[in-house]
Amino acid sequence: MSLMSPWRDDFPGLSALAAEGQTYLDSAATAQKPQAMLDSLLGYYASGAANVHRAQHLPGERATRAFEATREKAARWLNAVSTEEIVFTRGTTESLNLLAYGLEHLFQPGEQIAVSALEHHANLLPWQQLAERRGLELLVLPLDADGQIDLDQAAALIGPRTRLLAVSQLSNVLGRWQPLPELIALTRAHGALSVVDGAQGVVHGRHDVRALGCDFYVCSSHKLYGPDGVGLLHGRQEALAQLRHWQHGGEMVLHADYHAARFRPAPLGFEAGTPPIAGIIAFGATLDYLAGLDAAAVVGHEAALHAKLLAGLAERDGVRLLGEPQVALASFTVDGLHSADLAHLLTEQGVAVRSGHHCAMPLLKRLGVAGAIRVSLGLYTDGEDLERFFSALDKALELLR
Amino acid sequence: MSLPAPAREALEAFAACPGWEQRARLLLQWGERLEPLDEDERNEANRVDGCDSLVWLVAEQRDGAWHFRAASEARVIRGLLAVLLARVDGLDARALVALDLPAWFDQLGLARQLSPSRANGLNAVLKRMAALAGR
Ligand SMILES: Cc1ncc(COP(=O)(O)O)c(C=O)c1O
Repeated sequence: MSLMSPWRDDFPGLSALAAEGQTYLDSAATAQKPQAMLDSLLGYYASGAANVHRAQHLPGERATRAFEATREKAARWLNAVSTEEIVFTRGTTESLNLLAYGLEHLFQPGEQIAVSALEHHANLLPWQQLAERRGLELLVLPLDADGQIDLDQAAALIGPRTRLLAVSQLSNVLGRWQPLPELIALTRAHGALSVVDGAQGVVHGRHDVRALGCDFYVCSSHKLYGPDGVGLLHGRQEALAQLRHWQHGGEMVLHADYHAARFRPAPLGFEAGTPPIAGIIAFGATLDYLAGLDAAAVVGHEAALHAKLLAGLAERDGVRLLGEPQVALASFTVDGLHSADLAHLLTEQGVAVRSGHHCAMPLLKRLGVAGAIRVSLGLYTDGEDLERFFSALDKALELLR
Repeated sequence: MSLPAPAREALEAFAACPGWEQRARLLLQWGERLEPLDEDERNEANRVDGCDSLVWLVAEQRDGAWHFRAASEARVIRGLLAVLLARVDGLDARALVALDLPAWFDQLGLARQLSPSRANGLNAVLKRMAALAGR
């Protein structure tokens, strides 16, 4: 069965890479972009750039309207209560740092922050450093053998001193959905805030932040087929109201004097300085593009590809998966071989996969592996991409054994 | 300047490679030639940071000439280290600092291994060598 992606031709980067002999299987790091997004990016610049929220002139008004339209599209994409709940940032990493600084004033020494053992550095280090600044305890929720946060242990660890939980929706290494409803309920029961790192999760399926019930949800445009330099911070209105301003500058201020200032509420109060205007407008074009796809067909295609990936890996001797991935990606090692050697030989054959620690050093250490190869899929990935990967893998195994 | 004998050998062997596969096989074979490091030489001080796979580098100076020994957990990296050492072993500090190593890898058809996005740490090894030789 060939598993053709009906959307592949919408992504010109893929044919450019194919012309260079490259098979792109690193979409979890960053995704290729649809033509609609490229057109929007060029269209904005080509029709006259202008700053947003500042000027009354026509170009400024047009840019602001397009910019704010993306906020509406993002709110709709996540099913937010209102556009006021969507803050534009530069990416997941900035969203999480914003939270770790903006919420700092809520913490007293001796209180706890809970993260899980599988967090990307972006959702570990800001909390680790906050814990250090405020004398807090960082709880690390353990995983079960499949790579899912262990709910019994989480329930035993999270307690009345816990003030915040920050966990990934979908692991960038283990490819496993995390039990968010249970974790969020647990957190809520103790009156703590919940932060969901949706950097990977947002890319696969549609997610409803109202149904999830988390206080904050963060993600990056570039993994969701949008431009880089753009991210989202969704916060429930009551949660956003608890944030202190963190970056100060133009447009986030209501009134400024030499010695004092008053700031705007969210979202604009958290968007200091000129934002990535073109990127945000073009992200809107990506969201339009995605909204126009048959969501069930995308999920079905990705599931079929993922099954093919897992089946192919299972057929090969000595291949060991990290966890039990459910969607989008698979990370693996091969018995007796160093992942750097495999990565080298795959690269030589034009297969673009990721190797190493995947920005989750503590997780890999806990799993007892020095590095792993990760194959990740996008909606434009074809069965043929996987076939090329498998034949390159077989060649690499033959050379190394 | 004439090449050291092992470097000449590497150049001839790699130049004769018709494609990536033969080059990879050759690199793996060269990796087997590395003089082993003792367990206690694989220590923190000899470890070169910036490597995806661990690399250790030991330098000794004998009669003004530098001798390096290196090890890695990854076989391809061992091969790259072997062809690097073939070129630099026995040079004095001045010759070592003056050496155009990217050109050397280029001659072997391995230039891409030095590209900045490669996490294989070869660049870090070169920096460490220059630092050791220059001290
Ligand atoms: C789970 C997860 N969180 C956070 C990030 C950081 O995203 P960004 O680099 O776009 O800020 C990533 C990106 O790899 C990720 O996979």
